[in-house]
Amino acid sequence: MRTDPIRAARPLAAVSLALAVLAAGCTGAGQTGEGAEADLDVSTGVTDDTVTIGAHMPLTGPAAPGYSQISVGAQAVYDFVNANGGVHGRTIEYLAEDDAYDPTRTVEVTRELVHEDEVFAMVGGLGTPTHSKVVDFLNREGVPDLFPSSGALMWNDPEKYPLTYGYQVDYTKESKILGEYVSEEFEDAEVGYLLQNDDVGVDSQRGLDMYLQDQAVAVEHYESGAEDLSAQIAGLEQEGADVVVCACIPNYVALALLESARIGYEPQFITSSIGGDTVTLRGLLSSFAEQAGSGGDPDDFLNGLMTLGYLPPVELGGDDPWVEFLRGVYDEYGGDAPLSNTTVYGMVQAVQFVRALEAAGEDPTRASLIEALESLESGGPGLVPFSSTGEDRGGYAGGFITRYEDGELEMVRDPAVTDSAEGDIEPAEVDRPLPEDIGPLAQG
Amino acid sequence: MAPSTHRAPASDAGSTPAGSDPAASARRGPRSVPGHPLLGHPLLRRLLLAAAALAAVAAVTTATGPVTDLRVANAGLFLLAVAGLQVLVGTSGQVSLGHGAFMFVGAYTMALLVVNVPALPLAAGMAAACAAGCLAGLAVGAATARLHGPYLAGATLMLAVGLPAIALRFPDLLGGANGLGFSTIGAPPALAGLVDDTQWRAIVVWTVALIGLVVLATASGGRLGRHLRAVRDDPTAAALSGVPVGRVRVTAFVISAGAGSLAGACQAYVLGTATPSTYGLALSLVLLAALVLGGLGSLWGAFWAALAIVYVEVAGTELAHALELDTDVRNNLPVVFFGAVLIIVVLAWPRGVHGALSALGRHRSTPQQTGDS
Amino acid sequence: MEHFANLTLNGLATGAVYAALALSLVLIYQATRVLNFAQPAFALVSAYVAYAVTSATGSYWAGFAAALAVGALLGAATERFLVRPLRNASPLSPIIATLGLLMVLQGAVGMVWGNEPLSFAYPLDYRGRFSPADAFALVSVLLVALALFALYRFTPAGLRMRAAAIRPEAARLSGVRVGAVLASAWALASAIGALAGMLAAPPFLAPNSFDLIFVFAIAAAVAGGLENPFGAVAGGLAVGVLLSYVTGYAGPELTALAALAVLLTVLALKPDGLFSRAAARKV
Repeated sequence: MRTDPIRAARPLAAVSLALAVLAAGCTGAGQTGEGAEADLDVSTGVTDDTVTIGAHMPLTGPAAPGYSQISVGAQAVYDFVNANGGVHGRTIEYLAEDDAYDPTRTVEVTRELVHEDEVFAMVGGLGTPTHSKVVDFLNREGVPDLFPSSGALMWNDPEKYPLTYGYQVDYTKESKILGEYVSEEFEDAEVGYLLQNDDVGVDSQRGLDMYLQDQAVAVEHYESGAEDLSAQIAGLEQEGADVVVCACIPNYVALALLESARIGYEPQFITSSIGGDTVTLRGLLSSFAEQAGSGGDPDDFLNGLMTLGYLPPVELGGDDPWVEFLRGVYDEYGGDAPLSNTTVYGMVQAVQFVRALEAAGEDPTRASLIEALESLESGGPGLVPFSSTGEDRGGYAGGFITRYEDGELEMVRDPAVTDSAEGDIEPAEVDRPLPEDIGPLAQG
Repeated sequence: MAPSTHRAPASDAGSTPAGSDPAASARRGPRSVPGHPLLGHPLLRRLLLAAAALAAVAAVTTATGPVTDLRVANAGLFLLAVAGLQVLVGTSGQVSLGHGAFMFVGAYTMALLVVNVPALPLAAGMAAACAAGCLAGLAVGAATARLHGPYLAGATLMLAVGLPAIALRFPDLLGGANGLGFSTIGAPPALAGLVDDTQWRAIVVWTVALIGLVVLATASGGRLGRHLRAVRDDPTAAALSGVPVGRVRVTAFVISAGAGSLAGACQAYVLGTATPSTYGLALSLVLLAALVLGGLGSLWGAFWAALAIVYVEVAGTELAHALELDTDVRNNLPVVFFGAVLIIVVLAWPRGVHGALSALGRHRSTPQQTGDS
Repeated sequence: MEHFANLTLNGLATGAVYAALALSLVLIYQATRVLNFAQPAFALVSAYVAYAVTSATGSYWAGFAAALAVGALLGAATERFLVRPLRNASPLSPIIATLGLLMVLQGAVGMVWGNEPLSFAYPLDYRGRFSPADAFALVSVLLVALALFALYRFTPAGLRMRAAAIRPEAARLSGVRVGAVLASAWALASAIGALAGMLAAPPFLAPNSFDLIFVFAIAAAVAGGLENPFGAVAGGLAVGVLLSYVTGYAGPELTALAALAVLLTVLALKPDGLFSRAAARKV
């Protein structure tokens, strides 16, 4: 390799750069000080006729199953709004990027969304392991971080993450309500937990233990990605659990129901909000109904299942104005899959953003969007209050419990709210707007 | 850009023709290129090449935005990871499907240090990660030294899937399935306004990667390298001529794991995250696949591999965005694209991109020097 | 004790799947010295085709037959168009080519059927501690292993396969059509892989459903010894039972670590797998 003097000079410069790097390498590797506050008085991502927002979610890979309907639902609402004139005349461009549930990919796609696509806000970044790795970045860059699709407690931390606003009821709140219900209605029962082995399980167990410490006889975990729950269900049966509380996603609720049917174990199953989508469960269990005998309907597995909810369940059908409205939107703009509660989850998320964007005014800035969030007065489509104030931005603040029977839901515990700590559980009062009360939705 | 002194896999293989005494090549000392008393020394030449490469990276990142800077950083750390794998697979002939496990070790070492000892210098963190990786490599290498071919592949594949599960076992320390998230230090205040954080991180990663590459090139160019190739080409003959086969194999594992671990530490430093799901089956398979795609036997192969890991994915995603496609098709297009590129390259250029390029080069002109291997 | 028995039965049922997939890997390895990374993708495509056929015809067994046919076809085509052109390349090339094929097929399945899980029926009644469906899994895998043994030992076709695998040049000289024989070995192995897919698919099938199963199948094949189909079957069943005990007694997060520990221990004692013939190996 021949090297002429001019070219040799460049390496010398590089050597000094390397030395600079090495010198810097001698300072602490952790970031301690706070950076300068980002300017929020900007309308990045807003043009005369569009507002661009982004989200990261697993669309492929082992963790993808169960989540695809969320972005389909959100997209359907945005399409509906756009077709009807948009928000203050602007259409919403929704960029849902695949991160395969791998945090390194989340960091990359989030940077692309922020720096390359220049989104106005992040809306509905999905997953705790993933979103927790970009929440710092978004707050530092001054990007409003709205409604992460996760029930982790960390989104509700105004001091640390002033631009992050939660959406989903957090795992501890909902499991407190579940725990209290079980301790009151099944006071003599022995209780088993079936938990996902991550923050879902940890936060849920904290809430459940506040009420069920003395009744709990077994705690079983599963790893997300596992294909088999037989050992766990055998363990719950072995310990004699009469009631099994699941903090699991629908795949594993379905697997638990099927596995219990297999070995003839019939506890009362109660699921947290993330696992109780009976439309999804029916789909998953549809192939096994015939073999289960009697009639060949997947409801044979699901009848009696109790679930915590906070959004209007699709089973309410025409009885609920929001379900009726969302079904209409989905039929026109949604996909081929049946409307499920997972779809509704994404749709309500989009509705909440549309409400905030409308309230942010004719010429929205990031600051005015945040201000608008703080003043969202009612729960929106949900059946419990929605917190997005300066001190509490936990999103939906509680839930209700239903019992499933042949496609119908019976309310067994009325909507209640609580906090994520030791506070009491209190009846919820919510003032729900109707779809036609919301400008961008009413034009349709 | 990447410093490499190997011309081509052919020249590696050519240095120990089948049937020759491997120890004969092992006894040959380092040769210098005549006519360049100073630049002739291989180590110095590699250092200068590395410095040139670093200058090029610094120049590139000045002209680009943070998204490209992040990709440049990723390319740098994957270059280091694959180069480490190259020493193991390409030079010593041990096929490992578990390289991601060493990246896991490095990423978590870095993450734990940043989280628990934020004042610890970055360089010390990198050194600790490298040391942890070498230890892990020593353990794995010793445990698998007697295994050959597919048995080693199977054991290391299980390693790739099994080791990250440690994070699930110790959730309090390692954060369980959510892993660890943290902020790392950005550009030094003295350079504020001149260099932004992402650009700075890219430069730091390339500095580490290039230092690593110089070490790897030096190791696989010297006596150890000849031993490694002797063991790869014919272990029996190598053993008969006095090469300590077992020790050489373990050494390859140690070096390779050290590089992989350092790459993992760089990844944790750049992205501020260490999560078990990152270090799953897919990563280890992609590393090996990219290595073969880039070309076995030369550190240049690792360079092409790193570009492929970063940019084939980007190209697939952009293709998916550019075409009006059904959602399911669009979502799955990038992985299909990567797989298709892999198949086509392997079929069209069995020696990988580097092999194809150097064959092209040989076709155009006869090589003027033989390199120092 | 009852728990122990339950865990054992559960383990045997899942072990049958590992065994079938391990068996298909071993057959291909014996024929062409390739570790076929596309094997789980063959199983996946077969299972999805079976799903489509079963949905269209209403018959599980029509789907089952289609799966085996598709598996065999994929295997033969891969040997012919991907592996044979690379027979003189470095031994890693065909492995990487099959890895590329894995990505393509897995993505293609997602493109056609989506990434959401499908409800996939069992062949027989799945209810019971050791259900008819479990029994079907175990018995079918054991029968396949026995049939293979008979095929390789006692029939001319089996003899040709062994000859083509071990001494392709000599076999060619004595009139064996080596290419056709190797392609049929791939077809046979991949049909068995498709069987593994049919056994593994219930209850829910998604594009990544077989990833971990594949890893454990490789572990089983390697622990049993790649030269020995019976080793693969025994290895598969042992891995299934072991993982069931680990899940039941220690915790599901430890399964992969436990499998790693056991695999390393087995290979430390027997570097060519438990059931390898005591052939002298070079260093």
